[in-house]
Amino acid sequence: MLSTIAMVLSAIVGLSLIYLLIRTIQGHPVERRIVFIYIGLAVVLPLLMNKTLPLPITKDVIKLYDQLEKLQPGSKVLCAFDYDPPSAPELQPMAVAFLKYAFKKDLKIIIMGLWPQGPQQAQQAIEEAMLDPIIAGKNLVQGEDWVNLGFQSGNEFVIQSMGTEFKRMFPKDNRHIAYGDIPLLQDVVNFSNVDFVINFSAGKPGTTEWVQFGVDRFGFDMVAGNTAVQAPMMYPYLRTGQLKGLLGGMTGAAEFEKILDEKGKASTFLLAQTFAHATVIIFIIIGNLAYFSSRKKKMAGTP
Amino acid sequence: MRRQIPILITTIAGLVFAISYFIPHDPFGESESIFGDWITIVQAFAVWLGALNLLKISFEKISNKTADWPYAAIIVVSLMGTLAIGFYDGYSGMAQDPQVSFRDPGTNFDWLYRFIYTPLSATMFSMLAFFVASASYRAFRARNVQATLLLIAGFFVMGGRVPLFDMMISPITDFPVFSWFADWIMTYPNTAGQRAIMIGIALGIMSSSLRIILGIERSHIGGGSG
Repeated sequence: MLSTIAMVLSAIVGLSLIYLLIRTIQGHPVERRIVFIYIGLAVVLPLLMNKTLPLPITKDVIKLYDQLEKLQPGSKVLCAFDYDPPSAPELQPMAVAFLKYAFKKDLKIIIMGLWPQGPQQAQQAIEEAMLDPIIAGKNLVQGEDWVNLGFQSGNEFVIQSMGTEFKRMFPKDNRHIAYGDIPLLQDVVNFSNVDFVINFSAGKPGTTEWVQFGVDRFGFDMVAGNTAVQAPMMYPYLRTGQLKGLLGGMTGAAEFEKILDEKGKASTFLLAQTFAHATVIIFIIIGNLAYFSSRKKKMAGTP
Repeated sequence: MRRQIPILITTIAGLVFAISYFIPHDPFGESESIFGDWITIVQAFAVWLGALNLLKISFEKISNKTADWPYAAIIVVSLMGTLAIGFYDGYSGMAQDPQVSFRDPGTNFDWLYRFIYTPLSATMFSMLAFFVASASYRAFRARNVQATLLLIAGFFVMGGRVPLFDMMISPITDFPVFSWFADWIMTYPNTAGQRAIMIGIALGIMSSSLRIILGIERSHIGGGSG
């Protein structure tokens, strides 16, 4: 019922945009507040629809998935959570989908964060992943199947020091258990003892620092999930192979969920993003029509 | 001496980091690790410095009753309250078996994080959607050739990053025009531009690092260059 109402309202909003277009051509520019209302509706209404769009999977996501598929059960994966709640709508679905995949495949997860809020986002992602009946049935144990090392200040220097010894930067995990007493970390000294690295990043320190100070120097394989704003900056690293795969923004998250066959939040959120993009594009067209019509009038009025 | 000693420290630290990248063996490798630990500790103190500075500025605003001083009072209460709750949870968690971190689920700090900090920061960030839309409407105009090219690129990237636009043209062609063009823009012109920026930044960092290591640039110790 709610979904139907939202769809009808969306259609009305869409038609009213045509009315705005005509009004603009007639010389009545749209006010800023009207733009705000339309953007608000474009984001909220699709969230009530509970619909998903057919989505093709891009080559960067396929490359990332292929890398993950190469990992054998029991492989140790270092998972760096370098983001905070504002970026969570884009990055949290990626993290949850990855953790579900990893736990189902019996990968061993070592969590850390260069952002203070990162390990807490990781904790929430683990809780969500644990709700999956298959994962819940595995009775996974913290310290044996995954460990949360917490946050360490120092940005890129943390990565650099971890190249020598993880323990140096993380003497205890987030439960105050000494590094040496954690079963999962018994034979993990530095990057040479982990099989793969995945980084979820919303800025600095993040994927750029991991590539420059980690991948380049210590030679591990790494993939990343980035916000849509940050993702374009990672393309040079993708082209050179320094990054083995990339999930970019909400679309990347939705594609990742699709390739993993996980029904997550990104697939639902993507509809809202689609409507918001369409609304912005329509307003850009309206803005340009207003600009050209006012310029035409000015030129006509010039003697 | 007030100038020479900081310059000497900067030069030694800079040289150790530069050399240890190429010779990761002792004594450079170990020195780099020690310096790295120091940097981590100094940065941790910088967090406290920032918090204390924020408190100082806020207290000044409150005592002088400057404009918007109630906001400063909210900052002080929020900062001290969060700190107190974090310390309390951390201290009481240490007594439990197994030990509980202040960040663990179920703690008061975790409640603050989930139900106050997360929605507040998400609200602040989501305001961007409105401002970006409004700014695009008012400023994204085809005023000249460069602006028109940017407009076309933006149109295809925005359209290609979501599936709707390719779906809309699917009755005309099966070829995903929007997503293909968005991918092409990101892979070629964007990568070329990003590389140019990266190389420019790297060269700039190298030259200013050399100036600092050699003691030519002294602005970081309160002096000018030369």
